[in-house]
Amino acid sequence: MIRASADSFTGDAMPRASAAGKLRVENLGVAFQREGATLPVLDDVNLSVRDGEFVCLLGPSGCGKSTLLNAMAGFLQPTSGQVLVDGEVVRGPDPRRIFVFQERGVFPWLTVAGNIGFGLGKLSREERAKRVQHYVQMVGLQGFEKSYPHELSGGMKQRVEVARALAVNPDVLFLDEPFGALDSITRMVMRSELLRIWEAERKTILFVTHDIDEAVQLADRVVVISARPGRIQQIVDVDLQHPRDISSPRYLKLRDGILSQIGLAHRI
Amino acid sequence: MNTLRSLEWLRPVLFLLALLVAWQLAVFLHPHQLMPGPWKTAHGIADLFPHGLIARYVVASVFRVTWGFFLAVLVAIPLGLVIGWCQRFELAVNPILQILRPISPLAWIPIAILWFGVGDMAAIFLIFIGCFLPLLLAVIDAVRAVPAVYINAGRNFGLKPVALMRRVLYPAIVPRLMTGLRITLGIAWLVVVAAEMIAVNSGLGFLIVDARNAGNRYDLVVAGMVIIGVVGLLLDYGVRSLERTSSLRWGFEEKR
Ligand SMILES: Nc1ncnc2c1ncn2[C@@H]1O[C@H](COP(=O)(O)OP(=O)(O)OP(=O)(O)O)[C@@H](O)[C@H]1O
Ligand SMILES: [Mg+2]
Repeated sequence: MIRASADSFTGDAMPRASAAGKLRVENLGVAFQREGATLPVLDDVNLSVRDGEFVCLLGPSGCGKSTLLNAMAGFLQPTSGQVLVDGEVVRGPDPRRIFVFQERGVFPWLTVAGNIGFGLGKLSREERAKRVQHYVQMVGLQGFEKSYPHELSGGMKQRVEVARALAVNPDVLFLDEPFGALDSITRMVMRSELLRIWEAERKTILFVTHDIDEAVQLADRVVVISARPGRIQQIVDVDLQHPRDISSPRYLKLRDGILSQIGLAHRI
Repeated sequence: MNTLRSLEWLRPVLFLLALLVAWQLAVFLHPHQLMPGPWKTAHGIADLFPHGLIARYVVASVFRVTWGFFLAVLVAIPLGLVIGWCQRFELAVNPILQILRPISPLAWIPIAILWFGVGDMAAIFLIFIGCFLPLLLAVIDAVRAVPAVYINAGRNFGLKPVALMRRVLYPAIVPRLMTGLRITLGIAWLVVVAAEMIAVNSGLGFLIVDARNAGNRYDLVVAGMVIIGVVGLLLDYGVRSLERTSSLRWGFEEKR
């Protein structure tokens, strides 16, 4: 794992207890076969994520962020290396680790309540209704329980996705650019709601984004991935308390540090 | 605005009237042939009603279509879900489906009579054959068009294959399935008339051959054709209103 060097802007980061880790990525490599040629997408990725940690994966388009997330969630078998959750090798998707797609993943044939209760088949009817109601409230969709997704805005559909994921009480959430399709105001609102939910439920979150501000606003750690074949270029500790002041010198320093790391500092 | 709208409603009616007048004129100008005009055809329809024959024949045809169609639906949907889902299975059956597809259901008439004799079963079998393949192919195509996100989401919540088909794959294909059902019911109605001309002794198809064979009653032939058209229209209308029921509506709303 390539850590931020000693003179980096994370110098005064608090020392973190590095226990075994909730989720570990070990020497992970992924290569796709395309038209007879081998396309290496990820190369020797190593990462350890603590229980309850919020980690953002940041990198240029096509660097393999989605591929990494899919491999961690068990949707994609890595070419080499492995992913472990609680010390157990990941071999497929599992309800303990839910992947939140962009709002496209909401089932259009189910109501809001039907979507949120989708993973609760094993519960009794009352139990399920209670759980659904709890998460409807958590994401602020009261009054829309009986609405179908086509009657909702993009942001509301995204809330349904998040609520559906939380309802099965997973340990880990994977989010792949969950707010990428939303307008900038809705995106800001959704970010603070996600933080509120994360602080209430303390899930481990892996969040893919290509928006540096988003990463620095949300994450405990930002994992910067280089262009293809994707390698971990740097891991930045964001030692800021929530709610974060996005005009504070520390915030700006962290953000500019990542910008220059990617090679884009002060270009615009 | 108001006058425009009433004009729009009037246009097809006027066109229909113009056609009927042209038809009547053409028959009037050529008196020495058997083709009836609209007036004689209307008389033919009126002749059929009092005997109760027409009601019995419509019921017989609709009965056969219903059975053949529902048997095809019952077999084709689950089979299509499985074939569309398992790629290997699809590779195995696809060549056979492609060979069977261009064979007109009417080519099966001799075999239908060989297996089931002249009677309802033969006609139902022919309708089943006519509906089954188009429906199966429609379901397979629909399954393949299901976005991977839905399937991944279903798997992520721990669904095993059977539950995945019932709770994700099937609802996901419903909008396309409704279109397929409508087309297939149209085929069934086409096939039943042809089947009844050969394989049975009742129904609207039988009415048409019988009217011709028993004394060249072409007024009854054309009357039968008109009734076939009207019943077919009503069947199509029935499936369309099914499309509009709220539980099945989602796919149609989304496209707008
Ligand atoms: N199933 C696949 N088969 C072949 N190549 C693939 C496949 N999936 C992804 N790739 C390739 O792998 C590379 C990384 O893709 P990936 O989707 O992980 O990028 P990303 O970092 O998520 O990009 P973006 O920010 O645009 O979403 C791309 O070059 C893509 O073309
Ligand atoms: Mg991506």
